[in-house]
Amino acid sequence: MSDSMHKPNDSNALLDRSDIRVTHSNSIADSLKASINRVKSGDLGSLPVIIGLVLIWGIFTVINPIFLSPNNLVNLLFDCSTVGIIALGIVCVLMLGEIDLSVGSMSGVGSALLGVLWVNQGWPLALAIGASLCVGAMMGFAYAFLRTKFGMPSFVSTLAGLLALLGFQLFLLGSTGSINLPYGSSMVDFGQLMIMPAWAAHFFALIPGVVIVVMGARIRDKRQSANLSAKSLTSIIVKALLVTFALQAVAFYLNQSRGVPWMFGLFILLVILMNYALTRTKWGRYMFAVGGNAEAARRAGINVKAIYISAFVLCSSLAALGGVLAASRLASASQQAGTGDVNLNAIAAAVIGGTSLFGGRGSAWSALLGIIVIQSIANGLTLLNLSSSHRYMITGAVLAIAVIVDSLARQSRVSHGKA
Amino acid sequence: MSSNTSARSEGPQPILSLRKVSKNFGAVAALTDIDLDVFPGEVVALVGDNGAGKSTLIKTLAGAHSPTSGSILFEGKEVSMNGPSDALDLGIATVFQDLALCENLDVVANIFLGQEKSALHLDETTMEVTSWTLLNELAARIPSVRDVVASLSGGQRQTVAIARSLLSNPKIIMLDEPTAALGVAQTAEVLNLVERVKAKGLGVIMISHNMQDVRAIADRIVVLRLGKNNGVFDVSASNEALIGAITGATDNAVSRRAKRLAEAETKTEEQA
Repeated sequence: MSDSMHKPNDSNALLDRSDIRVTHSNSIADSLKASINRVKSGDLGSLPVIIGLVLIWGIFTVINPIFLSPNNLVNLLFDCSTVGIIALGIVCVLMLGEIDLSVGSMSGVGSALLGVLWVNQGWPLALAIGASLCVGAMMGFAYAFLRTKFGMPSFVSTLAGLLALLGFQLFLLGSTGSINLPYGSSMVDFGQLMIMPAWAAHFFALIPGVVIVVMGARIRDKRQSANLSAKSLTSIIVKALLVTFALQAVAFYLNQSRGVPWMFGLFILLVILMNYALTRTKWGRYMFAVGGNAEAARRAGINVKAIYISAFVLCSSLAALGGVLAASRLASASQQAGTGDVNLNAIAAAVIGGTSLFGGRGSAWSALLGIIVIQSIANGLTLLNLSSSHRYMITGAVLAIAVIVDSLARQSRVSHGKA
Repeated sequence: MSSNTSARSEGPQPILSLRKVSKNFGAVAALTDIDLDVFPGEVVALVGDNGAGKSTLIKTLAGAHSPTSGSILFEGKEVSMNGPSDALDLGIATVFQDLALCENLDVVANIFLGQEKSALHLDETTMEVTSWTLLNELAARIPSVRDVVASLSGGQRQTVAIARSLLSNPKIIMLDEPTAALGVAQTAEVLNLVERVKAKGLGVIMISHNMQDVRAIADRIVVLRLGKNNGVFDVSASNEALIGAITGATDNAVSRRAKRLAEAETKTEEQA
């Protein structure tokens, strides 16, 4: 080993900038260059899905300009919310390298329970929703138990669960086959009508920018006092301004029609909470650790079983919640709820959004981005009067492309020494 | 750990002493009456053939196995360990051969894995500063602690694993074959690292099959054979003596091979 490494560092050098071999980006142009290099080495982040979304929206708008009309986009957001919440749960299990194939049936059971308990049995609404979520949590616990106790692959246990839950859904609904939720009730209004007032939408669109500036400044202060490199104040403010401008523009455009649905607001809130939990808490760190290397996590003293339980319980509970919201969207709990493409749409959304099937990589935002892609395709094809047969084929192709992009990015990361 | 400081008053005292430690797995006696002392600022190399009981001994000291009989003294006090966390609490840290790092997490996350600060709002800044401090103490060459471990070389990963074990301020570090998978330069780097850990006044127990590495940094060489102590050697001990102790006889595969080669040589000389 050479003597050069024993040289005392310059006393002014920042702790994380003392290695002269590494180039650091200081200006905005530099950080732009750095992110281009990152993409080249296969660390794609959300880039493919955003490019895909621009392509899809472009094509549909050219074919039918109604697609991009504010009114259609509001409908799109309504439709996104239910399956998006299910996809959010899928992100949790994919993060561990597991899968839940029964989320569709679980959401069907969730909506059936809402119908039976609330409409038929006359339970209070909150209690009926709570019961749905509890059944979801119990089912998730069962999957986690089978996984941790017997080492049963989640692929098989949830496939068995899919069938069992489907049977349970049919059993609950009985011979009539469907239960209509009362129109005019708060639940149906929430799923079909309730829209944020324009000022509220603009107010909520301000919050992210403010948070970026406040948190950015605080972290910057802390890092500077700890002798670490920190982002420049300009870059923080530029980022906040860009985000605020984009969100305000979206809010303004949607307000040209009805506005932003509260149900979509709930979805976004859940995404933000999940994102915080995954990136800023011990639990989230352990989710990534278990997904990356379960044995290493176990030796580090992490309760791996508890992490598995938390992921499966969250996934099934969110699926049940998605089912409840789907019932309110359709104003009915039917035998068809949760069947068909719900299952695969939720899984596809998480994967298309950028959560890796191999575990250890992903983010809560992928549920949001992915479901917007999936619903855009569904919505666009419906506008073109294409049947569900075409929709299934095209969605399948998009999913295949997303997985190919994931695999290619993975290979690229390996060849750049990053995976 | 206030009780630990009191015992340090008179002269050099071993941090860790094993007295007649035995471990049986059913009918198999994996360890029999092992005695071992580790002093502060000392590197003890643990050598032995496959099946000699090195790994069992390390696992016993790491708290993964409890000994069947015998006593483990830590800083003069007899201790019993019922799990890996007990060993960590005492101040015995282990770096396993496969390092047990999460490749998808960055260096800071790996160093602090399982010991994060503030559960509901991770204190990334403090953790990053501590990581840099630990790595600088080891004079480690990690370009950025925000890189994922997957992008690091074998030697750098070993550094991260050792830094990780230093986080809990241990008194003893056990390294299981730290250089087994490394190239020449990276091996040298890890050996430097071990010397720096030693300079900090920690006791080091290192398992290795590589006699060259052992001679380079060890203060004493403890040989195990078939689960028993088979001599403690100075680094200046001859290779023959060491190999004899490891394989258990002056007549062994290594010496037979040497003899056979020598015979072959004389034969060819005779023919010529």
